[in-house]
Amino acid sequence: MPKPELKTHQTLWTRVEGLPIVLAFLVVIGAFMITAPESFLGYRMYTTLGSTVVPPLILGLGLTLVIAAGEIDLSFPSVLKVSSLVFVMITKFGVFPLDEDMADKHDLLVWGAFVLALLVGGLIGFLNGLLVVRIGIPSIIATLATLFVWEGATVISSGGLSHNIRDIKEYVIFDVLTGRIGPVPVQFFWAIALAALMWFILNRHRFGEHLLFIGDNANVARVVGVRVDREKIKLFTLMGVLGALSGVMLTLENKNFFTTQGTGFLLVALAAVFIGGTSITGGKGSIVGTVFGSFIVGTVEAGVVGSGISGFWTRLVVGLVFIAAVTFHLTVEKPKGFAGVRRIAGMGGRGPEEGPERPRDTRPP
Amino acid sequence: MDKGGQDYENALRAEGIEMWFGNVGALTGVDLSVGRNEIVGLVGDNGAGKSTLIKIITGVLRPTAGSLYVRDREVDLRNYSVLRAHQHGIETVHQERSLCEKQPLWRNFFVGRQITNRLGFINVRKQKELAQEILLKSIGFRGAGITVDTIVEDLSGGERQGIAIGRAMHFNADLILLDEPTAALGVKEVSKVLEFVDDIKTSGRACLYIEHNLAHVHAVADRIVIIDRGTIVNEVQRGEMTVAELTSFLIELQTERQHAEA
Ligand SMILES: Nc1ncnc2c1ncn2[C@@H]1O[C@H](COP(=O)(O)OP(=O)(O)OP(=O)(O)O)[C@@H](O)[C@H]1O
Ligand SMILES: [Mg+2]
Repeated sequence: MPKPELKTHQTLWTRVEGLPIVLAFLVVIGAFMITAPESFLGYRMYTTLGSTVVPPLILGLGLTLVIAAGEIDLSFPSVLKVSSLVFVMITKFGVFPLDEDMADKHDLLVWGAFVLALLVGGLIGFLNGLLVVRIGIPSIIATLATLFVWEGATVISSGGLSHNIRDIKEYVIFDVLTGRIGPVPVQFFWAIALAALMWFILNRHRFGEHLLFIGDNANVARVVGVRVDREKIKLFTLMGVLGALSGVMLTLENKNFFTTQGTGFLLVALAAVFIGGTSITGGKGSIVGTVFGSFIVGTVEAGVVGSGISGFWTRLVVGLVFIAAVTFHLTVEKPKGFAGVRRIAGMGGRGPEEGPERPRDTRPP
Repeated sequence: MDKGGQDYENALRAEGIEMWFGNVGALTGVDLSVGRNEIVGLVGDNGAGKSTLIKIITGVLRPTAGSLYVRDREVDLRNYSVLRAHQHGIETVHQERSLCEKQPLWRNFFVGRQITNRLGFINVRKQKELAQEILLKSIGFRGAGITVDTIVEDLSGGERQGIAIGRAMHFNADLILLDEPTAALGVKEVSKVLEFVDDIKTSGRACLYIEHNLAHVHAVADRIVIIDRGTIVNEVQRGEMTVAELTSFLIELQTERQHAEA
């Protein structure tokens, strides 16, 4: 008996995760190699990208899981600030004064500050989770509120001042998290490792599967035995930890803390996730897409300037790339959506509502 | 798996179960038992409380009052959950959707009780192999071009129902709860479901079977329990009533209620 073939709309496009977005990334890079060869044909641009992309990328990885679970978290820029401040305060006012001559550095204390920053991030995430799950505030509202709350808290407690921690480069943590291996920033490797871990969590771990089911249909998830509330709290906690990690990475790279750091990541990180093909409706998420989505956004931001166009254009170009990417995802992943696009483009084709079901072509009679 | 002692009289016993949604009493004192190797039919009008009772037994809902015994042992309702119900060997085919649309079949079969390593990572190959077995045995699927990777979205209503039943069959439960399993099925598939219920009987297990088609329940049930507005109003042993008598009994109940409401 011949083995029944794979049915449904599985094509190369949908089977290889993130393929469209990888191609889109190559197109973007290619375009900049033509329009800005002096920066995009040298390695320096990529060294810069390898470090600047990382903090929003880490946030995007967490957001991919959050959005796949049908939730949203808008509070991460503020989580990032709080955790960065915790890290900076402990190192600058706790550790540095102890080590004035740097002869006997307290590396462990700095690592302790790092861990504490992550814990604080996790705690804020956990509180987000409680607001959503226990009180029942929709996550978009709850986390918008905490975005304000924690930003306010940071500004108040830092007095609005920035704090430089230039001495941090004398400590091991600096080299381990944000050093350079040749021309390549270490954080690039950390980000890729983290992306791999998150891919396995989302696609191969019990927790990730639960998130996908919750995002797909929370009632069904509950009925089949997923502890929806508990998993959501874990999810927001994880997002908090990642926000903190992103914050410490950013602070180390800048060797400086300022109260507005991370504010700009709100839209950038969300855009990267959606450019990557994760859909707002939940039940699906693409880690590969988010990685390349982040690089696309980062590249466009760097490249527009490199092309000699005014920096004012970056946002506009990112937006256009955004629309193009999302349209592209629709066309390859949803034939019905594609029909809609084709109709708009005047190429004929049936709209979503009149279209027949996709034929199940491999069923024997 | 905690299946308790093998010496038990009832697979399930519910005592004084009440369920209030605000001030709507969906169940107002339900006593019901399902014997160790008994097929119990549960019939009643729309909104009588049948699905609510099923959800309580399977740990989806926590009752406002009452107690539950599985294999004669009381269940701690405060810590009861779908997971616990599974561990107790209770499987369910819910009336409402119980598959997630965008997920492949192999995930739908095992979600909530994945086969994992110690760190919680899923053994995809193993799950797919077992899913393939379930699929081959499932109602209405032999030879069809559907694989374990098929997304639920692409299945017809009857196929989904078949999958949900197949899943319940696979886990070899001692007690199987069927909440209108035949609602979406064609004639041939319905008879397969009834065969499945017979299998439950011959393999020494128990079943609580909810069905609006009285001929179907009548054919397979050892005992039929009639529920009306949240309470059990009658129990009929096999052979005590014909289908016609059962039908007129239910119609009378309905008219009585309309009088009461008027
Ligand atoms: N979550 C809920 N919130 C409020 N009321 C509910 C809820 N679930 C059920 N009910 C009410 O409880 C009553 C019993 O509902 P249930 O679904 O158990 O009926 P049923 O016997 O299964 O009916 P059917 O044969 O139509 O499936 C109905 O009046 C219903 O409206
Ligand atoms: Mg019902």
